[in-house]
Amino acid sequence: MAGNIVEISDSTFGSEVLQADKPVLVDFWAPWCGPCKAIGPVMEELSKDYDGKVKFAKCNVDDNPVTPGNYGIRAIPTLILFKDGQQVDQIVGMADKSKLEATIKKGL
Amino acid sequence: MQNSTYDLVVIGAGPAGLTAGIYAARARLDVLLLEKAAPGGQILVTDWIENYPGFPEGLSGADLIMKMTDQLKGFGVSIETNEVRSVDLEGSEKELQLSDRTIRAKTVVIASGAAPKQLGIPGEDLYFGKGVSTCATCDAPFFKNSVVAAVGGGNTAVQESLFLTRFVEKVYLVHRRRELRADKLLQERAFANDKVQILWNSNVTGIKGTDTGVSAVTIENVVTGKVVDLPVEGCFIWVGTTPNTNFLKDHVKLDEQGFIEVDHRMETSVPGVFAAGDVRATPLRQVATAVGDGAIAASMAADYIERRP
Repeated sequence: MAGNIVEISDSTFGSEVLQADKPVLVDFWAPWCGPCKAIGPVMEELSKDYDGKVKFAKCNVDDNPVTPGNYGIRAIPTLILFKDGQQVDQIVGMADKSKLEATIKKGL
Repeated sequence: MQNSTYDLVVIGAGPAGLTAGIYAARARLDVLLLEKAAPGGQILVTDWIENYPGFPEGLSGADLIMKMTDQLKGFGVSIETNEVRSVDLEGSEKELQLSDRTIRAKTVVIASGAAPKQLGIPGEDLYFGKGVSTCATCDAPFFKNSVVAAVGGGNTAVQESLFLTRFVEKVYLVHRRRELRADKLLQERAFANDKVQILWNSNVTGIKGTDTGVSAVTIENVVTGKVVDLPVEGCFIWVGTTPNTNFLKDHVKLDEQGFIEVDHRMETSVPGVFAAGDVRATPLRQVATAVGDGAIAASMAADYIERRP
């Protein structure tokens, strides 16, 4: 994945997301999930559009079960927007660019 | 580019739209394909396709769409990620309002597909993503060794319930009638699978849960009137689809469920505007039928342009 999207894990979630100095959109995904692949290119585009304003991250739920468990995630793709360590908004399922943008704007 | 008029704009890049694109390219039409999310649509959530001819071993929805997309690109057609917000189909040139600009086209193929229908019951929205799901291939691994409910009786409900059995301990398939509508082959597999228990003549009337997600579904037997809460950790809903036609308003004639009515040329009530695939009124919604629709729609669009230069 492109340089603008940070790959996070259970161990880096705190420092990369909760303690981040700007809003973070986290994409919870897994390799076996078809619709998750569909969100990838949209995240790429948004990470360029909002470069410097919003941080974009992905979390592989297969390798990192703790974080999705803590947030009650039982469906992917799930995207959660965090700001100052708090959950601001959440999208479950396949979403188009305008829906993702609407969520991102809630953190700005 | 901005001021030009396309011969054909195809709205949606699922099997119907991609096929329309291939046929349009071969007819040498100046064609643009628009897709608001990612090519594929509902097929992306289909675990395994074994009734699309040419692939005797079957293949995943994602793999099939990748092959179709590659084939389209081979003919020099690209897919733009953009959303059609509204349309004006009145004039001889159709206008489509996209998220960033307005484009014009001599003909349009609407292949915007459909989305899973909701039950409209308490708890459904609240627990969506917390146990309520419409995508087994996305979410089944979160229900390892759990007991779940599935709602529906068609091909999708039965096939996806069978997929769930690879992960869960048990699937209660809740169906409002005494017989399934799914293909007989799928029915036989469901009846033979120890992990699938079918609750006949039953409706799910509510979904209950806690902070951590779904804990039970309320089941009403339509014959006896008996109501019970069934403890489950998940509820998968496959009760048909609703067409993606919001952007159309009342520009083309729809049937009472909102699907687009077409003639045998896939032409809608508006000349030069065609519909193909799941979004149209049709007795069967499959990849095989969508592909056929797309081929007819694009060919008839080419024919329309030829007749009206």
